[in-house]
Amino acid sequence: MIEIDNVTKRYGERLVVNHLSLTVPAGGFCVLLGSSGSGKSTTLRMINRLTAIDSGAIRVCGEDVRDVPAEVLRRRMGYAIQSIGLFPHWTVEENIATVPRLLKWPRPRKRDRVTELLELFRLEPERYRSKYPHQLSGGEQQRVGVARALAADPELLLMDEPFGAVDPITRDALQRELEQIYRATAKTIVFVTHDIEEALRLATQIAILHEGQIAQLGSPLEILERPANDFVSEFVSRQGLGLKLLSVRRIADRMRADATAEGEPLLVDTPLREALSVMITRRVERLPVCDIGGRKLGVITLADLVR
Amino acid sequence: MTAPEPMRVGRSLASPLLWVGLLFAALLLRMDELRPVLHWAFPGVSPVVYQRSNFLALFLSHLGLVAGASVAATAVGVALAVFVTRPAGNDFRTTVNAIAAVGQTFPPAAVLAITVPIVGFGAQPTMVALFLYGLLPIIENAVAGLEGVPPAVREAAVGLGLSAWQQLRDIELRLAAPMILSGIRISVTIAIGTATIGSTVGALTLGTPIFNGLVANKLPFVLEGAVLVALFAILTDMLFARVERWAQQRAKLPISETDR
Repeated sequence: MIEIDNVTKRYGERLVVNHLSLTVPAGGFCVLLGSSGSGKSTTLRMINRLTAIDSGAIRVCGEDVRDVPAEVLRRRMGYAIQSIGLFPHWTVEENIATVPRLLKWPRPRKRDRVTELLELFRLEPERYRSKYPHQLSGGEQQRVGVARALAADPELLLMDEPFGAVDPITRDALQRELEQIYRATAKTIVFVTHDIEEALRLATQIAILHEGQIAQLGSPLEILERPANDFVSEFVSRQGLGLKLLSVRRIADRMRADATAEGEPLLVDTPLREALSVMITRRVERLPVCDIGGRKLGVITLADLVR
Repeated sequence: MTAPEPMRVGRSLASPLLWVGLLFAALLLRMDELRPVLHWAFPGVSPVVYQRSNFLALFLSHLGLVAGASVAATAVGVALAVFVTRPAGNDFRTTVNAIAAVGQTFPPAAVLAITVPIVGFGAQPTMVALFLYGLLPIIENAVAGLEGVPPAVREAAVGLGLSAWQQLRDIELRLAAPMILSGIRISVTIAIGTATIGSTVGALTLGTPIFNGLVANKLPFVLEGAVLVALFAILTDMLFARVERWAQQRAKLPISETDR
């Protein structure tokens, strides 16, 4: 879907992105993870040409991004940023409908799409549609910002630390909503963050960037279990490693199908970390597991967690 | 609870705009009625009310000069501000500001002295002087307004795929509108006062009775002209204040589909 092929960007003498190559498959959720100055935002911004590519090429669906007029390209990709940038003189509805308007959708279609998106983000359409950005809380503004990015149903969504400026509780809710949207729509997402927990939670693929190069590329589990070098192991931090591992593994990985247990069952795709938390609060060592339809599948035990 | 209609009437009756407007219109059309008062105040002066042309004609000519110069200054000033806030025009920013500042520091009388030999006597040199004089506040305010657009808003506009023209028209100019208007307001108010000097080179303005009165030593003429010019300036300023408030509200208000 996205091929970043040997791309370089320099600002004056400084090499910000250094011969970087990365392929994100269609439907993948790729998190570019790194500290500030690692080149992660620059890499993202080269995909929709907000930053010019010095050398190398970026192809989306096989097409070089420089062969498409910048505005056409950007209207095909959703774009959400930390500072949100809602247009203050437009209502929530007009903000969300920005790209559909640029694409000249008929009015009823725009309206329906706005309603659909507001519902997706649990913002009651009739209450929120005609509000102005200054009347919204930070979390609501960011929801509208992401809704605006999704408005024209782009195949590709680019997100630059979108949840970096909201409080932890709101961030947790927004992450959960994004997870749900990702699972429901199978969009390809490229997501920039410096927050390792956020990366582990959301990504199917993490690229750890350091000095404009990829220090390691892999699934969250691979990054945690087999850090490729000292930089990566230091970055992901040994501290709390066990809990981090539990948070990227799910009950399905460790479940026993041949037993039963008492109590309220957990969903089979619950992270193991959550299962541990439930065991501690219920003071039990075994929990029943079910699928989304409520069918009992087996048990997860404390011993399975540390196996 | 409260009936809205009487409230609105009450508010418009209390509005100073209405009373200043009525006073201005009354003096403009009925200055003759003050003849007994002026005779009493200035015994021995005759005629006591300026007669050579009527005040309405002077006002309309004055208004035409100011409007013409201000429309031109607004068009040129906003265009220059847009130009110097684009990446391509950034290098010209200091130059444009410097030229506009020189235009402002030049005394209007000096502009007249220079332009009269070129374009002759009458309305044209006055128009040129007012135009040059009015440019700076418009450019300064428009540049400040355009640069005041938050970087995040700009970034989102580009990232979502608005063209340069759409960014300017739908985002930047909308958000800068209140600032641009306040620049025009300053410029126009200055122009109304400055236009009186045009009478020295043959333009018909409300300054004509003032200069006539000074030359002929007839104080009532000076007074009549000065009061009318002052009321004209105050009235215009009040009108602009209204429009500005409306624009500020509008900067947060929906833009109807037909505007797009």
